[in-house]
Amino acid sequence: MALEKISRRELMRRVGWTAGGLTLGAWAGNLPWTPAALAQDVPADASQAFDPSVYLSIAEDGTVTVICHRSEMGQGSKTGLAAVLVDELEADWDRVEIRQAIGDEKYGSQNTDGSTSIRNFYQPFREAGAVARQMLITAAAAQWGVSPQSCRAEAHQVVHRASGRRLGYGDLARAAAALEIPEVETITLKPAFEQRLVGQPLPIVDLDDMVTGRASFGLDVRLPGMKVALIARPPVVGGRVATLDSSAAEAMAGVQVYTLPVPEGAPGFQPLGGVAVVAPDTWTAMRARRALVITWDDGPHGGYDTEAYRQTLEVTARQPGEPVRVVGNVDHALEGADQRHEADYYAPHLAQAPMEPPCATAHVHDGICEAWAPTQNPQAAQSQVAATLGFEVAQVTIHVTLLGGGFGRKSKPDFIAEAAWLSQEVGAPVQVVWTRGDDLRHGYLHANSAQHLEAGLSADGKVVAWRHRTVFPSISTTFSADAKAPSNGEMGLGLADLPFDIPNLAIERGEARAHVRIGWLRSVCNIYHAFAIGSFIDELADRAGRDPLSLWQELIGPAREVDFGEVEISNYGQPLTVHPVDTGRLRRVLDATAEDAGWGRDMATGSGLGISVHRSFLSYVAVAAAVTVTAGKLRVDDVWITIDCGTYVNPDRVRAQMEGSVIYGLSLAFYGAIEAKDGAIVQQNFGDYRVLRLHETPRIHVRLMPSQGLPAGVGEPGVPPVTPAVTNALFAATGERVRELPLSKAGWV
Amino acid sequence: MIAFHVNGEAVRVDVDPEMPLLWCLRDHLQLTGTKYGCGEAYCGACVIHLDGEAVRACVTPVAKASGRQVTTIEGLSEHGDHPVQRAWREENVPQCGYCQSGQIMSAAALLAEVPAPTDDQIDQSMAGNVCRCGTYDRIRKAIHRASQEQG
Repeated sequence: MALEKISRRELMRRVGWTAGGLTLGAWAGNLPWTPAALAQDVPADASQAFDPSVYLSIAEDGTVTVICHRSEMGQGSKTGLAAVLVDELEADWDRVEIRQAIGDEKYGSQNTDGSTSIRNFYQPFREAGAVARQMLITAAAAQWGVSPQSCRAEAHQVVHRASGRRLGYGDLARAAAALEIPEVETITLKPAFEQRLVGQPLPIVDLDDMVTGRASFGLDVRLPGMKVALIARPPVVGGRVATLDSSAAEAMAGVQVYTLPVPEGAPGFQPLGGVAVVAPDTWTAMRARRALVITWDDGPHGGYDTEAYRQTLEVTARQPGEPVRVVGNVDHALEGADQRHEADYYAPHLAQAPMEPPCATAHVHDGICEAWAPTQNPQAAQSQVAATLGFEVAQVTIHVTLLGGGFGRKSKPDFIAEAAWLSQEVGAPVQVVWTRGDDLRHGYLHANSAQHLEAGLSADGKVVAWRHRTVFPSISTTFSADAKAPSNGEMGLGLADLPFDIPNLAIERGEARAHVRIGWLRSVCNIYHAFAIGSFIDELADRAGRDPLSLWQELIGPAREVDFGEVEISNYGQPLTVHPVDTGRLRRVLDATAEDAGWGRDMATGSGLGISVHRSFLSYVAVAAAVTVTAGKLRVDDVWITIDCGTYVNPDRVRAQMEGSVIYGLSLAFYGAIEAKDGAIVQQNFGDYRVLRLHETPRIHVRLMPSQGLPAGVGEPGVPPVTPAVTNALFAATGERVRELPLSKAGWV
Repeated sequence: MIAFHVNGEAVRVDVDPEMPLLWCLRDHLQLTGTKYGCGEAYCGACVIHLDGEAVRACVTPVAKASGRQVTTIEGLSEHGDHPVQRAWREENVPQCGYCQSGQIMSAAALLAEVPAPTDDQIDQSMAGNVCRCGTYDRIRKAIHRASQEQG
């Protein structure tokens, strides 16, 4: 065990995480009654002869087990991270099993958002594989009485070059386990040309299960004696039950009714409260919930109306804000400009709406809580469940299922805490089911936003001044009652990090109070910031009588690392010295996309091309769109998308993420809007919260930029440039400018 | 008692006849491959075949299945090798995978009726199936591939 501890400490150091909380997973449950696909953490198990890392073990039969500590929600990192490790280990991919980790701080951060799985764990997973490979080589060399340098690892074996002798990894596992773990600094990683899995299009490990219905998601968990719960939650955040008549529901066979506690203070990840019906099956629970008669005390947010609130945001956006980044003197430059232009942009609330709504199954028994859930963040789930139950974190085990999509919604474990609380009350396993309506009505909404932009153009059409003011309710409001303005972190999502070469620049924020739970949604603030920036550049090109592409190129300016002076740029948690804002890379994806789209070609009447480029999550993505407008209706015919995400692991999954980003971006551009009236959310289902469908899907052309750079984000950076590319194309086709989303509001779709 | 066949096997269930087939399959027959996405026939995650025809299990009362053949994703093919499933693998269609049961069941029903669908026919026939990950372009390709392979 000493051996394990050394290695874990080393890995923790490598991922920038202290070893203070080192508790080795003692969970040893063998759960024949859960779906097999929920195979969990490897318990301390004699068959695992060699486990030099928290992410890896090798059994005596040679089976390599890789622990997936990140949640899999379609982005493919479960396959990708395992491939990184197995490649360095020089193991046979067909002899690898991947097991999903429970929530445990020993793994480092398991919070699967921010497009971090590959970018933060590529290096630790390479090192884990390489360290193990070196130990296997050392073990074989000792057995043969030769020097380790005379041996190499190859396809699940160690080979002695001179004699051709071979030993399999399974045969070496015990001997390797007895060795001291070498310092990572002494290990040589494979050069890129020797990588066999990294850079190759590898099918995802769950592919077969997904096409045969065997893949097990959160809603597929079945426990003996499990009951199903639906909850009637307060329609308004901060509301509570005023009167309840549950007699009709309780008259149904097997139905019980519970009133959940009212959350205290800022919402955080607490359950919203309300009234739960607990039933033998889902259908009965649905009928029982409909039979509840509840009146609500709406609390302070009962007047929330998104149409009225929009005015509030827009008024604020037109008043001086708090400067976050200032270069030169914008007021002075605007006065001296040849032309001035200003525009206001508005984007509404959005819901993540993953295909699988939130759901969780919990079983509180014998002083512990076990929960199974499609969570993006099992560690946060563990903490919230413990807080809700009054348990210690160690009494709570979170099993992570496959996620039927996440998009940020499933980072918030309120729904898991609901299941835990109910299981404790009921004294049986409980599955909490959220309907689609629940998902839309009781989510953590993407902020609605108003932005005001002003620019000055010189006589030769150069942008000499740019003021950009953004106003939206901050995610911080969900966690602190005092928060009232966008945080520095949010300002860094595509605005304070504006990469343009403009001599006079002012980036400002304005205050906004929240009346719903605000949360993050795939790409977060980058979505509305990229919409305003990308649209405004197109507007300025039009004012200056210039080609938009040439203005984009001029604003990006010469290849350089942008100097932000004293301004702190959140930069997705990475130092600018390591991940600079590199305008050369920005320009390359822009030019590549323009080339692919045939920028500058003649378009038929009613058709147009639009383009946009945006850096987010440390990656650079450009999008061009070709649209046709017929009888006032928009059709997107083609989308070209280019990403430079540094080194990538699985090109097929990067392509899939770009394809998906286009669809996600078009969904919100076309239809995305969540509205509130009298404090309650209006939208009820995919009928009034429409999303893109197959018949609206354009041809999508993806280009991946080859790069030796550090791995950067993939899941999110594709989304932000989609909307401005489309609205700019719409302008090119019609001369009509879109400053408000979604496009359906003005009848374009 | 309501009696019908699921994936070739005779079953009898004692449930509310109004219970949607979706919940009967998932909660009472332990067939969880058929998914819930909206409950109101908007998204197609629950598409199954009733006597070979694609229907939405979330709005089909179990009573309607009485005496009929229900096929779910688990029973589409014995070895998971229906031409549509093979094409799905070849094109690496799934991302999160959640909607794919419904997509595959819709595509299989389409190909049973129209062996060589055009893009327009695919658009029309698959417009009822939502995918939030955005696998539509690959779904289109996979349907063409399956069409060619089943020749």
